[in-house]
Amino acid sequence: MSTHLREAILDAPPLEPPTKPNPNGFVGVIREPAPGKPLAVVAEGLVKTYTVGKSTVQALDGINLTVEEGTVLGLLGPNGAGKTTTVRILATLLRPDAGRATIMGHDVVTEADAVRSIIGLSGQYAAVDEHLTGRENLYMFGRLYQLSRNDAKRRAKELLEQFALTDAADRVVKTYSGGMRRRLDLAGALAGHPRLLVLDEPTTGLDPRSRIAMWDAIRDRVREGTTLLLTTQYLEEADELAHSIAVVDQGRIIARGTADELKSDIGGERIEVVVTAHEQIDAARHVLWNGPDADVTIDLHTRRITVPAHGGAARLAEVIRELADASIPIDDIGLRRPTLDDVFLTLTGHVAEQTEGNGNGYLDETRGQS
Amino acid sequence: MSAIATPRAASANSFRQAVSDGLVVAWRNLKRVPRIPELAIFAIIQSIMFVLLFAFVFGGAIPLPDGGSYREFLMPGIFAQTVAFASAITAIGMTEDVKKGIIDRFRSMPMSRSAVLSGRAIFDLVYQSFIVLVLMISGFAVGWRVHGTVLEFFAGVGLLLLFTFAMSWVGIWMGLYMKTVETAQQMGFTIIFPLTFVSNVFVPPETMPSWLQPVAKWNPVSTLTAATRDLWGNPNPYASQGFPAEHPALLTIIWIVIMVAIFGPLGVRKYRSLSN
Ligand SMILES: Nc1ncnc2c1ncn2[C@@H]1O[C@H](COP(=O)(O)OP(=O)(O)O)[C@@H](O)[C@H]1O
Ligand SMILES: [Mg+2]
Repeated sequence: MSTHLREAILDAPPLEPPTKPNPNGFVGVIREPAPGKPLAVVAEGLVKTYTVGKSTVQALDGINLTVEEGTVLGLLGPNGAGKTTTVRILATLLRPDAGRATIMGHDVVTEADAVRSIIGLSGQYAAVDEHLTGRENLYMFGRLYQLSRNDAKRRAKELLEQFALTDAADRVVKTYSGGMRRRLDLAGALAGHPRLLVLDEPTTGLDPRSRIAMWDAIRDRVREGTTLLLTTQYLEEADELAHSIAVVDQGRIIARGTADELKSDIGGERIEVVVTAHEQIDAARHVLWNGPDADVTIDLHTRRITVPAHGGAARLAEVIRELADASIPIDDIGLRRPTLDDVFLTLTGHVAEQTEGNGNGYLDETRGQS
Repeated sequence: MSAIATPRAASANSFRQAVSDGLVVAWRNLKRVPRIPELAIFAIIQSIMFVLLFAFVFGGAIPLPDGGSYREFLMPGIFAQTVAFASAITAIGMTEDVKKGIIDRFRSMPMSRSAVLSGRAIFDLVYQSFIVLVLMISGFAVGWRVHGTVLEFFAGVGLLLLFTFAMSWVGIWMGLYMKTVETAQQMGFTIIFPLTFVSNVFVPPETMPSWLQPVAKWNPVSTLTAATRDLWGNPNPYASQGFPAEHPALLTIIWIVIMVAIFGPLGVRKYRSLSN
């Protein structure tokens, strides 16, 4: 980019607040940490555009983000939302086109060296050397984080134990399972005792058992006081690990708060109905809800329809009567508190990725897509 | 940063760190060699195939002007060709590291900005010394002999290794630019292959069309080959015709300096700005 253009961007009027109504007009609430708390990460107005040939992709469209020291921030968003781009900027791998970011007060562009000695990064794909053993990988990372030979050896041993890799320590990584590689990758990020740990989708692609092992390993680090910035596509994961969740979509933060806050933001309970016959899904949907499509979730597989329940139990009774009047047989009906799925759907107008094997079945189709 | 660190101490420190980080990266690359034995075996087999092909199949049809031994003529060229080819392997290795994300990991660490590259160059030097040693033994088996002094022998080996080091920086730079491992492979072949064939490795350049002769004579692979032939007392026809033939060692050293001076900084610059 020419300096001219760059200055033009930097001189542009301040970005509008990073909230954006979704198709049905819902605006997320963004709760920043209380002022005065020490911040590990501060990002202001990060913009990044990728150019591939003649086409450009606006990956980040003014990301504002803070992470309080000693806490876990979950950056939650679907594929392509801009999570990896944000992480790469914070980890000094990528320069933002506009905006700035600091880690523990050090600018990621002008003080990249200082930032690198503070952070530990584990990227979206395990970046370990397949032809080295687990122990050799960790020793190498320790040395490159500037530990002495002995310290690097000791640290490798310690991490192998913490991540249940001792038995496989002297095997080449090529023979490791996906879960073991991810754990080794995370261990590598910790080799230099980072004050800020940055994990990009640490469990994507893992089977449920490995995912839970990974969550345990991550929680242990947090208990030790490491500040953590974590990206995920899984609502369940953000709920499990993060103190505060920032929802990102199309390069912007569209809401932020605790899981409970986000749930109460989108208001009341939901009504969930399972109709008996597949053919009656459509009819039932019209009985249940005549508001915007974006608020309705339909799972064709399980014939489950979920809609907002304005009026709670009274509305439920009404719905039961209306369904009976319309002669639509049902298998199950009930009220439930909103989940993060509902939050995501309401905020973005589309469905978030599902955690594999979470037992709820997949959302095969959503009528909410506009 | 501590307040007492003077700039000079800082730069001495950062030099020490660059060396130590570079050695860690070289260690990593060396550890990989016995774990992927195919790579070393194919590199050696390929060179031995060239020796056999030219020594026994084509060699009889390529008479040397002053009647020297073709095999003695051939071997120094094979060494030069081998270390030139090695830069293609280096490029492939670098591209692979970028693709697999390990370079990104290194770039997120508080390590010296040149260490990933210098570590690779140090590794290439050690690894190619081993390959050349195996080839020298094979050459000896088919009748290659060194006639100069011990000092001249080692001077030739030194030139060969310096050249390896320089070519390694070319390979590193190429590897960082390539988008896929396949393009790195093809790039290696389309550039290095002609370089080693339009040279004095297999036939004297004087047998080539006149428009091609300058390329074959000034080509760094040729100057290195001519220099080592001279130093080792192996046949070097037309040794006194034209500047490159008269000063091959000097030219080789100039080539080495040029390659390192250009591709070293270019590579480091590319490394620092990768993915931007
Ligand atoms: N190197 C790249 N070149 C071109 N486009 C890219 C590149 N990296 C990411 N993008 C695009 O930028 C957007 C954000 O990507 P990313 O930050 O990887 O999202 P996420 O990690 O949330 O899936 C996507 O549309 C993606 O296709
Ligand atoms: Mg990503």
